[in-house]
Amino acid sequence: MTGHNGLMPADDHEHEHEHEHEDHSELSAIAARVRALESVLIDKGYVDPGALDAIIETYQHEIGPRNGARVVARAWTDPDYLERLRSDATAALAELGYGGRQGEHMVVVENTDDIHHVVVCTLCSCYPWPVLGLPPVWYKSPAYRSRVVIDPRTVLAEFGTELADDVQVRVWDSTAELRYLVIPQRPAGTDGLTEDQLAALVTRNSMIGTEVLAPAGPAETEPS
Amino acid sequence: MNGPHDVGGQRGFGAVAPEPEQREPLFHAPWEARMLALTLAAGALGHWNIDRSRHARESLPPAIYYGSSYYEIWRRGLETLLADAGLVSADELMTGQTVGAPALTNRPALQAAHVVPMLAAGSPYTREPPAPARFAQGQRVRAINDHPTGHTRLPRYARGRLGTIAAVRGCFVFPDTNATGDPDPQWCYTVVFDATELWGRGADPRSTVSIDAFEPYLDPAA
Repeated sequence: MTGHNGLMPADDHEHEHEHEHEDHSELSAIAARVRALESVLIDKGYVDPGALDAIIETYQHEIGPRNGARVVARAWTDPDYLERLRSDATAALAELGYGGRQGEHMVVVENTDDIHHVVVCTLCSCYPWPVLGLPPVWYKSPAYRSRVVIDPRTVLAEFGTELADDVQVRVWDSTAELRYLVIPQRPAGTDGLTEDQLAALVTRNSMIGTEVLAPAGPAETEPS
Repeated sequence: MNGPHDVGGQRGFGAVAPEPEQREPLFHAPWEARMLALTLAAGALGHWNIDRSRHARESLPPAIYYGSSYYEIWRRGLETLLADAGLVSADELMTGQTVGAPALTNRPALQAAHVVPMLAAGSPYTREPPAPARFAQGQRVRAINDHPTGHTRLPRYARGRLGTIAAVRGCFVFPDTNATGDPDPQWCYTVVFDATELWGRGADPRSTVSIDAFEPYLDPAA
């Protein structure tokens, strides 16, 4: 969790009550404030409770990093699709049904043996929602946002990602309305896999650029 | 503005501590999910745009901003927007009890059946260009050294620095003016900086950092 530094007693109190139980427990201070806000907005007719549930449902079950994984697997297996991603990623993603809010203007960047891409938003939390869903806590944290631009290799090491010295690191700060999807390198040992099997290997973090994908197959069963 | 949100290159936040991806919950408390949904649904009323919304969050006092979790910042931002729009009062926000009559909203409340189409449509930010692009791919440019008191998307670490246009991305609404209601479309460019240009001699000489910069943020390199 980001930034609880003792400046706000109400927030410290909240941590003691992290687990809410809607029916009987005392609500945390922040949960109570959000509930008050929701009550007023519903009461005034500004928001519809069913719409709130539908928004949450959509991001819990429909829009997430499995979408991006499918894009990556297609890019690995279909050179024509990869070419369309390079020339107009927004249109190529729409072919698979992905687009819309926080993915209106998409760009893909491809990792190679020589170049490693990693994406950040230093100013807030810009992130390609249609293909990766809502951003993880670490992506929104000041620790990541402040350091990946000035010290990318150290930050990558905190994800267990050690790059060779001769690999160039390119950091993409999402400061406008373009949203970036990293196409990770296809792991070794995946030649015979289907597109679905390949998609299952693609992690969310590899599509942000904080991870590289491990070789598949026998390597997975070796003790690490 | 030089607000608490502009953290690129700042020190003192410690190491990144990622939760294991497969075990990380989408929300860490039920109220976070409600806060996300409230923000999107209230935004659909049409009283503010994304830049006004960002500006509300980055205008929080630094001690509050750094002392708040992500969705807590969203809550504070949304309360500012609602109050500024005259849709709710501070008392109502504190008590959860409605006092005044509802205000007339710019658009009707978002209905459940419209959620998926709304999210799928998004809000494209491209606009017809008012003039040809001033810069071309490969051109050297210097980011301006301005410190506006209003909203801007030029991060402090890039100001005054020399970079190269890597791509001309199109013409988009200009955040600096859009935050106060004037879209004033501007060309947007991906500008690549060498890490050493941004961070000095100690930086990795082969690394680069790019930003997406609007034309008013850039001058031709002399």
